[in-house]
Amino acid sequence: MSRGWLIVWMHRGELLAGLATTLWISVLASLASLALGALLSIALMSRHRMTARTARSFVDTMRCVPFLLFVYVVYYGLPSFGIVLGNWTAGLASLIVYNTGYMGELIAAAWRALPRETIEAGHAFGFHRFTLFRCIILPPVALTAAPMIGNQVVQIVKDSAFLTIIAVAELTHAATNIQSFYFVPFAAFLSAVLLYWALCVAIESGVGLVQAVAERRR
Amino acid sequence: MSGANWLALLQGGGITAVVSLAGIAIGLPFGLLLAVLRWLRVPVLAQAAAVYVSVVRAAPAVTLGLLIFFALPTIGIEIGPIPAGIATLAISTSAFDCEIFRGGLAAFPRDQLEAAMSFGMPAILRFRRIVLPQVLRNVRPALINEMTLIVKASPAIAVMGVVDITRAAVEIGAATYRPLPPFLAALVLYSLFVLVFVVLQRTAERRARAEAVA
Repeated sequence: MSRGWLIVWMHRGELLAGLATTLWISVLASLASLALGALLSIALMSRHRMTARTARSFVDTMRCVPFLLFVYVVYYGLPSFGIVLGNWTAGLASLIVYNTGYMGELIAAAWRALPRETIEAGHAFGFHRFTLFRCIILPPVALTAAPMIGNQVVQIVKDSAFLTIIAVAELTHAATNIQSFYFVPFAAFLSAVLLYWALCVAIESGVGLVQAVAERRR
Repeated sequence: MSGANWLALLQGGGITAVVSLAGIAIGLPFGLLLAVLRWLRVPVLAQAAAVYVSVVRAAPAVTLGLLIFFALPTIGIEIGPIPAGIATLAISTSAFDCEIFRGGLAAFPRDQLEAAMSFGMPAILRFRRIVLPQVLRNVRPALINEMTLIVKASPAIAVMGVVDITRAAVEIGAATYRPLPPFLAALVLYSLFVLVFVVLQRTAERRARAEAVA
């Protein structure tokens, strides 16, 4: 057993490089899917029937597909349409598109809970369309949705582990490499699990911090 | 896609169903046990349960699956791919179920417990007759939601070489050089699974509301 931990320690550089990839791809995917999800929530809440229905069917589809299947569709399926993506781009694109559906729905749910008076007051003060969304709707919605968004970011980190299957060199991939070379499965995968844990604890305390600051400023 | 392809995909569907349902069936009571340990504040065990839940909740199903499938044999436990898949999903879902049950237990009104105590009900009976039925009813929608999540996490067992829906679709796509039809068929199969749970969820919610009124 101690041999395993020693080998993992000797290859900590590889493991940490994997962690950096996981971190990097999760941060990019979180920011992009959050921004696109905010736009999607506008479509979801649209009074335009067709727009709302199209957005809704996109969200429903994403909620029915397992993430790995979606990755396969992007990586192996899109080349049928002449779109060939490298594994890194395909992985990042799948994470973004998939989670945009979830983020959009989270934001829309918080939006629905917003009291009508706030929006009507915004109208009365001359806020319209995008400025209304940006200045009146988004700030309180972002605050109520913050814990849910935090959970979704944890989900993005966990989903990124699936990308090992299309050979993105993230944390699980690094652990698999070390294990297959030296046959130290226990130490290699347990280290990966503990690093994911550290990442998620950091995200959760980050969300807690944001909420504490928001609470003080209210 | 040929008939044989469809058959392979449906076989994958059977594997996905068996592994997911077995994982849920094992994970659910285990999650309840962990939640009760924390609720009763059993020394040492309650803290151990808290750490377990925190770590497992953060662990991706793929990584957890690799750990179970490759590491258990090194400590002398031989485990086949399908039992390893079931264990992965059971462990993963037990942590989330624990949190759901814990929420339900925390929201349980104290006065009912005290009333039962004043009637001289022993602790086990109190839990089984008073606490459990009400908590189960309140957390049912959340539990069913977690079940759909576990079906969606189930393709992770492909890393052990189990041929579930996703893996079957990939193999068909590789053999026929036309990956899109099997992927779309797989999507339909998963949607059917999720739909079953969504229908269950709606019924559960309607019943919970009706029972709350009554």
